[in-house]
Amino acid sequence: MSVLDRWLPPRARSVLLTPILVNNPIAVQVLGICSALAVTTRIDKALVMGAAVILVAAAANLAVSLVRNYTPGSIRIIVQLAIIASLVIMVDQFLKAYLFELSLELSVFVGLIITNCIVMGRAEGFAMQNPPWPSFLDGVGNGLGYALVLLLVAFVRELTGAGRVLGFTVLPLVSDGGWYEGNGLMLLAPSALFIVGLLIWALREWKPELQEKD
Amino acid sequence: MPDVNSTRYTIGFAAIVSVVCALLVAASAVGLQSRQEENQRLFRQKNVLLAAGLLRPDEAPTGAEMRKIFDRHIEVRLVDLASGEYMAEGRIDVETYDQRRVRNDPALSRPAPPNAAKISRLPTYGAVYLVRAGGKDAPVEQVVLPIEGIGMWGMMYGFLALDRDGRTVRGITFYDQKETPGLGSEISNPKWQALWVGRQAFDASWEPKLTVVKGAVGPPATDPHRIDAISGATITSNGVSRLVGFWLSDEGYGRYLARFRAGDTS
Repeated sequence: MSVLDRWLPPRARSVLLTPILVNNPIAVQVLGICSALAVTTRIDKALVMGAAVILVAAAANLAVSLVRNYTPGSIRIIVQLAIIASLVIMVDQFLKAYLFELSLELSVFVGLIITNCIVMGRAEGFAMQNPPWPSFLDGVGNGLGYALVLLLVAFVRELTGAGRVLGFTVLPLVSDGGWYEGNGLMLLAPSALFIVGLLIWALREWKPELQEKD
Repeated sequence: MPDVNSTRYTIGFAAIVSVVCALLVAASAVGLQSRQEENQRLFRQKNVLLAAGLLRPDEAPTGAEMRKIFDRHIEVRLVDLASGEYMAEGRIDVETYDQRRVRNDPALSRPAPPNAAKISRLPTYGAVYLVRAGGKDAPVEQVVLPIEGIGMWGMMYGFLALDRDGRTVRGITFYDQKETPGLGSEISNPKWQALWVGRQAFDASWEPKLTVVKGAVGPPATDPHRIDAISGATITSNGVSRLVGFWLSDEGYGRYLARFRAGDTS
């Protein structure tokens, strides 16, 4: 048995990979939209936010799954919330210590990971019924699915709005003596809604089974 | 295995989860505190350099590079706000002096007189940052003053740089504020801050004169005392007007500035 099969048997592989494309939390489940609008004006912000959500979702799923058989049903939601909130605060403290200037812009939204439906939804919907390792993979997968969409949206917004990719000028702006007239709308929250909408459309054209029958 | 759904077990389980979570959160907060405070200190120093124009907004120096620039060009002194005189060397360690924290220390602060900037307590000593573009022994060219005051949602903290003439604004920054993102928080936007450069902080009789106003404002040469307000952020703009006025007045750094422009730079 290969190492891959040992740690990522086919079922685990699908747990990890399905949320990235097939069952993407943002594009298919339409969860976590609020933060997707807020942190996607620049790629570096989206990267850090994506990493934070991957970390929190994976660790929260792992912890919730570890105590799932000992958790009284009557307080399970609040136990999940306590675990998620603690993790989010730790991530926030870490950002303030190691990525200070980004944390100034991200702190509000990092705090809001607590209420991010993806994390809570996976803890209650998956980790409460599954063993730790698949739960961990499910958290990583959903975090990755979220991060991927964030990066795509941020790429389009930073490029068309500010003419830059990861801070490097690609399309020199007219205001800086170049030729590209930056699209101001792309730097505002509504544009993310349009891009996510187009993305959902594209995904459903590509995978017609995602379309609901009316 | 006890009955997972019994009341006693539930309470015990909740208590254990709470304690474990609290310990983890407390450990991360305490363990990272010194690093976070160092970051905040560096960020304040960076904003002093930005206000003084020694650093451009698009530059991103590392902590060590930044400290080098700061140490080469900036001398931090404390001044007695009531008299405007420099504090005698060594009474308080300038390096560790935290002007925002001494407000809570009755020995180092006093109640502020009623003021429009809504500042409740005034520090006895205020920091001033003397700027020498030419390095340690060169003459002082600017002074950077910490400023603060109430905005729409909370206190706004920043720095104001004045030229050697004690009148011409060389720059302004806000490094800590909770104003509405996209509206009031534009006070942190370098483009808006650039509108301040070259304006005159005082009128001919040395009364503080800067105001942030709605409507068309000319260039500094023809319209020396006014700055174009931020659209949609009237309360924030008024707050900035008031706080700048307060810190330039005799309640704030006014007495010190009078000595500064008369040549007291040591």
